[in-house]
Amino acid sequence: MSEEKSWREIPMGGLTWLNSIEYKTGEWRSFRPVVDHNKCTRCMQCVIFCPDIAIKYKPDVNMIEINLDHCKGCGVCAEECPVHAITMVKEKD
Amino acid sequence: MMGMNGDTACAYAVKQCNPEVVAAYPITPQTIIVEVFSEYVANGEVTTEFIPVESEHSAMSTSIGAAAAGARAYTASASQGLALMYEMLYIASGLRLPIVMTCVNRALSAPINIHGDHSDAMGARDSGWIQLYCENSQEAYDTVIQAWRIAEHKDVLLPVMVNIDGFILSHTLENVAVLPDDAVKKFIGEKKIPVVKKPNGELTPYVLHPDYPVSMGAIDLQDYYFEHKRQQAEAMKHALRVIKEVGEEYGGLTGRRYGLIDPYMMNDAELAIVVMGSTAGTAKYVADLMRSKGVKAGVLRVRSFRPFPRDEIVKALSKVKACAVLDRSMSFGSYGGPLFVEIRSSFCYECQKPIMINYYYGLGGRDTPPHLLEDVFYDLKKIAETGKTGEEIRYLGLRDDREADNYKAELISFKDLNEGKIGGR
Repeated sequence: MSEEKSWREIPMGGLTWLNSIEYKTGEWRSFRPVVDHNKCTRCMQCVIFCPDIAIKYKPDVNMIEINLDHCKGCGVCAEECPVHAITMVKEKD
Repeated sequence: MMGMNGDTACAYAVKQCNPEVVAAYPITPQTIIVEVFSEYVANGEVTTEFIPVESEHSAMSTSIGAAAAGARAYTASASQGLALMYEMLYIASGLRLPIVMTCVNRALSAPINIHGDHSDAMGARDSGWIQLYCENSQEAYDTVIQAWRIAEHKDVLLPVMVNIDGFILSHTLENVAVLPDDAVKKFIGEKKIPVVKKPNGELTPYVLHPDYPVSMGAIDLQDYYFEHKRQQAEAMKHALRVIKEVGEEYGGLTGRRYGLIDPYMMNDAELAIVVMGSTAGTAKYVADLMRSKGVKAGVLRVRSFRPFPRDEIVKALSKVKACAVLDRSMSFGSYGGPLFVEIRSSFCYECQKPIMINYYYGLGGRDTPPHLLEDVFYDLKKIAETGKTGEEIRYLGLRDDREADNYKAELISFKDLNEGKIGGR
């Protein structure tokens, strides 16, 4: 974070620096979900379960896509995938 | 001119203000506000979205959501209901949402009591809400209208609690002069959305809107929470000025001017009663009575308790010889009631100050008739003449107020229930 500011310089009510689109929470991740598109049945369970709405279904390519700018690597998608098409891989240091 | 009780007067004022959202849950003695307002909604006299919620916690949560989305939101509560709102009160003020609420002051359980005292609002004293206390139904009507202007002022942006005494005001019929609908509409104006500067220099409207995504009240740890609280303190400071400005402007419209305090016969007063709410009316009557007997009596009614108008109170009381501060709520274990403690500390570094005593009065709606307030003035007279303060903390209208050292010995003993008969059973 940048240099700490005084109470005169910050917006009221705890309004955040950036909004939830601009703030790249993916930087927190230590494990990355990797999708095996051959195993994936497009059942959308991961889309529903993702707590960050970071997984989207792309109809044009008929594939799910994970937004790594916002995925925090919680692993819920890998846990819920009924065909084990998602694996959590350790991020490189 | 309309015959209205305090609750109806509030509901009528809200009707004329036509807020986008009213979310409320009925509780005695506030029920009439919700009841009457729901009739306005049913009759199509307002365009308000009326949300009958399942609890006061939800009433305040709904108001917060509505206000955050840019709507004018109103709610009303009392006593246990206000207590149930407690955590949400801090969120409303911390998010700087200009919600208006009427609190129909009522005692808190236990033992259960539905009548008027200030215990409920005093429990929310430090919640960051502006607190205005009304003397009569006319003021209740006037203050609900002014409250929007105070709350939504760009230097304030804080929620406002309009306090009226349970039953004494809420259920008592009174003549109330009302403004035409369009005059109220013009006075409060359209709600404006504040635009704030983010630390990266960008401007953004402070509202939940899909075109301008923001997060409000996100986690704020050791690094910034303190700064945000300092901003709230600053907003309260500005509210001192804004309450007066709005009260003056309203006075220009109606002839009824309002400020932070309401001094009565205080110019040359030697003895004074300081009080909030409806009891001020009785006190003013008694002050007239004392004046007719040659006693220089006065009354200082505190209208704004939060923000606390320290300078104005000191100015109004500094030349008084003796004054009695009347508290209608208890802070158990404190040395004096909340109003007394603050007024006394306001005088801490003043050279010229009156002798001050504190009376607890009217708890649970205990009647405070004129003769009790006459007694207060006679007590003050004695104190001013002798210079002896005597007991500083007193009880007004309480049976047998002698020292209570033997209370426990008389009423409580311990005995094992298995040891034998207790009390003849």
